Formats: sequence, structure tokens, C-alpha cells
Amino acid sequence: MHGGQVAIVGAAETDTIGKRPDISVLGLHAEAARNALRDAGMSIHDVDGIATAGLYPQDISHYLGITPRWLDGTLVGGCSFMLHVRHAAAAIAAGAADVVLITHGESGRSGIGADPWVRNPASINGQFELPYGAQAPYSTFTVPALRFLHDRNMTREHLAHVAVAQRNWAANNPRAARREPLTVDAVLNAPMVAYPFTRDMCCVVTDGGGALVVTSAERAADLPSAGRAVYLLGSGESAEGAVVSQMADPGSFAAFRAAGAEAFATAGITHADVDHLMAYDAFAHLPLYMLEDLGFVGRGESGDFVAAGNTVKGGRLPMNTNGGGLSYTHSGMYGMFAIQEAVRQLRGEAVEQLPDARISFVQGVGMFFAAAGSLVLAREPR
Amino acid sequence: MSEERTTMSGFEPTPTPETAPFWDATSRGELAVQFCTACARYYFYPRPQCPNCGSVHVEWRATTGRARLVSYVINYRPLPPFDPRTPLIVALVELAEGPRMMTNIVGVAPDPDHLPLDLELSVTFVAQGAVQLPVFEPAAAAA
Repeated sequence: MHGGQVAIVGAAETDTIGKRPDISVLGLHAEAARNALRDAGMSIHDVDGIATAGLYPQDISHYLGITPRWLDGTLVGGCSFMLHVRHAAAAIAAGAADVVLITHGESGRSGIGADPWVRNPASINGQFELPYGAQAPYSTFTVPALRFLHDRNMTREHLAHVAVAQRNWAANNPRAARREPLTVDAVLNAPMVAYPFTRDMCCVVTDGGGALVVTSAERAADLPSAGRAVYLLGSGESAEGAVVSQMADPGSFAAFRAAGAEAFATAGITHADVDHLMAYDAFAHLPLYMLEDLGFVGRGESGDFVAAGNTVKGGRLPMNTNGGGLSYTHSGMYGMFAIQEAVRQLRGEAVEQLPDARISFVQGVGMFFAAAGSLVLAREPR
Repeated sequence: MSEERTTMSGFEPTPTPETAPFWDATSRGELAVQFCTACARYYFYPRPQCPNCGSVHVEWRATTGRARLVSYVINYRPLPPFDPRTPLIVALVELAEGPRMMTNIVGVAPDPDHLPLDLELSVTFVAQGAVQLPVFEPAAAAA
């Protein structure tokens, strides 16, 4: 699937991210969409497909003045945008759309224009998880982590190393929410959120948005932005449980394994081909799960891999080079920002630009170990 | 057996027709889960078909109420309407019969030194509005 026949030709975040009390959720979507279309050298009249998560796609297309002939409102949590890219590629290949606009906007910090969070006490989640305080991300998504660490003879220090590695990437990034230098001891001694997680092992909470413009590689070649196109080589998606307690193995996420394997297979690449990894990090344990579940390292090797510096500047596998959800930004559904950083690296436009980033693997997670989406993006079509 | 719940959630489960037998059992002081007679496996959460084999030949069975501690967090952040002064142990446990469920650990200090993984647990119940919510305590404390 894909094989570089589909390209991201426009990619942009909102003007600023972090604190945006000046703009609503809908406004964040629109600002990001305008920026991505400008980046692509396109207008609303070029767009015939719309995809978004959280809001209805028709609300976005109408707000922008777009008449869609293809819509995708897939909402599986923070990795929804990885699935949108994958679905858009299939639609474009099938002739169901020519130019797809994918938007994200969330007022996670300021709550401007956000829907109230209504929880259904009759849902599976409402009956069997929420009554126990498994409600907030920090008291739910985090629950399996101790088992992961315990079964691998790993410790909380390994979680701290993830936070430190990512802070190093964020230190010089003016858009990053957290930039002050960090040490393992400081992370471990920071205020406890939910043992074993301290503050710096948990993502920031911000406002922001981003958008992507996806079209055929053929059309991409005719655009003024042709030299900056980023190609989709492969992708995967999967899901496991409706509730985190029902993971088949609390130390490994089946949907990472399935979506990741499909992305590698469809792209026709091996791990050695990957120059850059974006590993969605709402919490510090997630990149460790991903490194193992995607097969970048063996079981139990993820913690030492990060602690030894393999994911920082000059390392074998630079990871989360924007600082990630832990340091850069996390509006609620962070996946869009992971894709944006991969596009910047492949275009050569990142703040912490890697010397020769040709292939980026982007791994997203949805809800609390519920869904997963994987993308293999490349500088060249193959 | 039941105690008034003062430190936990105001979220009260609303049973549905498919889950009512589970909550009916807890109101009798029993932890019951479904058993598939086709593949001879217990499963949780309640649903009318077995998630392992798809069979609808399933029945409710009382469990022993014994479990082991698989994983947990000790939450220190406010989780309204929980009492923010009391760290809450949000735990994943595995029943002796096999299924896992989310729960709280009670009857033990919210301290990792008292919460080794694989700790043996036994079920107890706390009132949560109209339902009895199954929670777990160290088996030694229950004995």
C-alpha cells in the first residue's frame, strides 16, 4: 500500500502553541488549515476531502468553505491523524478524493470553545473503570507501567531517562512548553502525580493545532511546493481494548505490534532504514513500549537503550526531536504534532535538524492503550 | 462486609441489561464473571458472546474472589469528586479464574513498600450509591 504514490504537500501548526486563550477549538482548526494550505501553495478550492477528529468533519469543511466529496471523522484518540493520513492515501489511490485536508485543534489548556467532557456511567468504561478513579489520563494510561518495568527488571529511573532525553531536544526549541534543563534526579524528585510517575514523566497540557494537505505524488510534482513534498511509504492501524484493564499483556500493546508490523511491511523497509522515530509520548513509559513493540530493540532493552543516549542528538535513533508530548506540546490528541515534526525533519526544516533524515517512522497511540496508528514517511518516493 | 465509601468516587455505575447480573451478584456479596461453556474460559467484562471464541453459550459463575496484584498507580492528583487528601490506589488485578479487572486496593497504606506486584488479594465490597463496587484488599488482611 502507498509505495510513495501519495504525498504530504502541506504541513503546518497553528501560529503559536501553548497558551491560546485568544482562539476557540474551531478557530485552531481553521488557523492550522489556512497555514497548511498556504504551505502547500493551495486554496480551499483545491480541497475535495476533509478529515478531522473530535469535531465533525463537515463542521470543519463548512467553516472553511470547502465542499467535500470525501469525509473521514475517524476518532480513535490521539493517533486519529495517523489513521486519517492512511485513509486519505487509500481514498486518493482509489480516486475518491484528490486533495485531502486533515485538521487538528484543541484548547486543552484554556478550554475555549471546547465540548464539555460527558462521561457515560452505563458505558463499559463508566461501569468498570471510572468508578475506581481510572478517569484522568495520569490515573489510567499509567496503570500498566509498573508491570512493564517489573517484568523487565527496569526501574523508575528508566522513565526519568525518557523525560531527560526529550528535554534535551526541547531545550533550544522556542515553541516547546518546557525547556529548562533536566536531570534524572530532578525528574525522580519532582512532585508525584501518580506513582511511579512524577510531573516530568507526564505530558504538558497545551492549546494548539496542526493540519496536513495530502495528495497524489503525481499532483505533488506539479505544485510550487514540489521540492518539499514528503512521501508516504507505508502505514498501519489497529486497536485492542475499550478499557486499559483488558490489554492481553499489560507489558506490551498488541495494537503497536500489529500497526507497526503492517507499516514496515507495506513500506518495504527494515528497522535499519529508519533515521528518525516519533513515538507518541503522553507519558514516559510509552516510548519504551513502542521501542520494544515496534521491534527497534528487544524485550527489556528499551530502558537502557534510552539511558545510553541512543535517542538523543548524535544517537543511533533520534526520537521525539521536538521534545515530544513531555516537553514540546500536548493539546490532548498529540498525534498531529508527531507527524508535523516528522515532516519538518524530512524537509530539513526542523529546529533540531538531523543531518540526513530520509525515513521517519511515526507511531501514535489512541486513548489509553486502545488504538494505534503508524506511518512511514520519506523524503523521496522510492 | 460492606463499608460506607468516603474516599472514593462519586461515579456510580449504571447497569445495563447485559451487565445487570454482575451488579446483582455484587449486591449479594459475590464477584461473578461469565464463563464460556464452549471454550471453557472465564472472561470479563460482561457481554453476551465469548471474546475468545465467539460462542453465545456462556453462563454466570461466582468466583473465589481471590486475585493477584498485576499493576497499579498511586494517584496524588485531584480527581474530583475523590477526596484529594487520600492517595488512591488504582489497580489492575487478575482473578484466580483468569480475567483481569480495574479496581482499588483498600486496607493497606498507599505506599509501594506495601504493594509488591503479585501480592495476593481478596475481594471486598464498598457501597457506591445503589451498587456494591468490588474492590480488593491484601489476602493476609482479610484472613
